[in-house]
Amino acid sequence: MGFLDKEFTQDNIVVTNLEALLNWARLSSIWQTTFGIACCAIEMMATSASHYDFDRFGVIPRPSPRQADVIIISGTVTFKMATRIKRIYEQMPEPKFVISMGSCSNCGGPYWEHGYHVLKGVDRVIPVDVYVPGCPPRPEALLEGLLKLQEKIRNESMIKSA
Amino acid sequence: MKSFEEILELLKSNFSGENDISSSKEGTEDIINVSPSLIKEVSKFLASTEGLEFDSLILLSGVDDENGEKVKQEDESNDITGGTLSVYYHIESVKLVHKLILKVSVERENPVTTSVSSVWGCANWHEREAFDMIGIIFNEHPDLKRILMPYDWEGGYPLRKDYRNPEFYNGMKVPY
Repeated sequence: MGFLDKEFTQDNIVVTNLEALLNWARLSSIWQTTFGIACCAIEMMATSASHYDFDRFGVIPRPSPRQADVIIISGTVTFKMATRIKRIYEQMPEPKFVISMGSCSNCGGPYWEHGYHVLKGVDRVIPVDVYVPGCPPRPEALLEGLLKLQEKIRNESMIKSA
Repeated sequence: MKSFEEILELLKSNFSGENDISSSKEGTEDIINVSPSLIKEVSKFLASTEGLEFDSLILLSGVDDENGEKVKQEDESNDITGGTLSVYYHIESVKLVHKLILKVSVERENPVTTSVSSVWGCANWHEREAFDMIGIIFNEHPDLKRILMPYDWEGGYPLRKDYRNPEFYNGMKVPY
């Protein structure tokens, strides 16, 4: 990392390495699939709105999974929906990330025992990068989850395994 | 506006079978029990007879009466054999401002009754839900398929009292 702290040798020239530049570019414009499931989606929308302003981190909802970088699983994942989520996830281009938002998609939440219709954690169908706890998580918690994801991307490397 | 007793008398005089129409009291509510073979005709009668004019089906719900023989399984849960499943119809005449509750009971092993969706259109989805959750089969229903659970769900009817989760659905583990 480090971008502006590198030495300025000439005006308008910044020295960095390619990896840091690429990672910086990617983590600064994480587009999310426009996708919400349950009550967590309301908090997610609040996070997108002006007060919490997801856009300041470069997150904008993209109406096609084919042009998105992250999918936020914001709510109760039923078996019926799990099939669809897997399909949406498969449509996203690499590199792609998943934020599991709230207890339901983390582990089944209040439906863990008697929810005959609920998948007990979305990580049973797609790999999850960041789990955000809460029921529902406040917008601040989701923002923190995003920062965690940015941290993960920042430390990624094209040549050495993470 | 007609009282419960008046409606009951009207039904009894028009549907004369031995045990076809009877009344009972559940909690504070008076209920008219109708046999499964008659429910459609009774509904038509209630909806179209002058002075009754039940033009609205408020709700239709399937119930597992849990009155069969319970057999304890190894995991402490019960299997139920025999007994009944029921359908409750809450109907109202918006025009004449009176309400009525109908009840149809069917055998658990052969839960077949007749659809009333030709009388009250909104019964269509309600009956699909009763079919989906409890497993009651409505003959003459235009499109009787699951409404909430996935179409290819084979794990049974989730709101039956002796329901047990399947291990897997389409490769996804079901229990926690």
